Amino acid sequence: MRDWPLWEVFVRSRRGLSHVHVGSLHAPDAELALRNARDVYTRRQEGVSLWVVPSSEIVASDPGERETFFDPADDKVYRHPTFYSVPEGVEHL
Amino acid sequence: MTSRSDALSDYVLGLADDALVSAQRMGWWISRAPELEEDLALANIGLDQLGQARTLLSYAGAVEGAGRTEDDLAYLRDDRDFRNVWLVERPQTDFGVTIARLLVFASYQSELYAALATSSDATLAGVAGKAVKEVAYHLDHARLWTLRLGDGTDVSHERMQAALDAEWPYVEELFTPVEGALVDPASLRAPVLARVSSVVAEATLQVPDVSPTVGGGRRGLHTEHLGHLLAEMQHLHRSHPGVTW
Repeated sequence: MRDWPLWEVFVRSRRGLSHVHVGSLHAPDAELALRNARDVYTRRQEGVSLWVVPSSEIVASDPGERETFFDPADDKVYRHPTFYSVPEGVEHL
Repeated sequence: MTSRSDALSDYVLGLADDALVSAQRMGWWISRAPELEEDLALANIGLDQLGQARTLLSYAGAVEGAGRTEDDLAYLRDDRDFRNVWLVERPQTDFGVTIARLLVFASYQSELYAALATSSDATLAGVAGKAVKEVAYHLDHARLWTLRLGDGTDVSHERMQAALDAEWPYVEELFTPVEGALVDPASLRAPVLARVSSVVAEATLQVPDVSPTVGGGRRGLHTEHLGHLLAEMQHLHRSHPGVTW
């Protein structure tokens, strides 16, 4: 069982919220990965829905490319909607 | 001639002790399961069974009317006063045996609790209504592992078949008549065996053709293994009466 693949687990804590990554686990296949996720990550009523994804299927950005990926956004303040004046009495903005 | 409440109390004790002893055996796997994930799964199953046992023991004590609590019943009875079947009391230190036994026991509990959930006894109907969802998951867990081990490698197939062969003589005892039963154990036989057999067939395994053991757990007659299990389970409470932490 040492060669069980790794799976990433996502839990939706309530209806209306999105699934959030909570951790990973080992399982021989998808069906058991879902069961294991239920037992490891939702023991204390943490969720109403579960996703499991093979860790090998996740395409991740390269930490070495962080500067080209993310730094260009640093000086684009106009992308933040902070230049609008908000009328008096408008809530939930 | 036993009174009606004695018979009911004895019947509920049988249900409670099956769950309690099975929970104790399941607990053996904690820290020993093949993977951390399976460790947690078996512990969860054991805790579900323990929860069922606690409510049932309290109710058995209430029906008996002698003031015995769930702790008195769990910790202060000797093996001859336990009413569990032999299926659950023997050691299960082989993973295949654990899965084979859980397949049988969860199939039995699924049918039992489904029937009890509509019984005229409100307390038992309540316990059963909650437990039926728990044991459905236990059965699912046992089914998935039976399929993978039975229809896996040559070695896993052989070991899973050996595990089924080892547990099968103890299946019949689940269906022996009991005085005071709210669900006739014999009526569960066909549906339970149908559930188990379909999983066994799908897993490319054979339903064993073996003679049943005599059993006798419902009358307080047990294998030599129950005494050892109780010694471990009851030691703390008996050494330090009333201890809490």
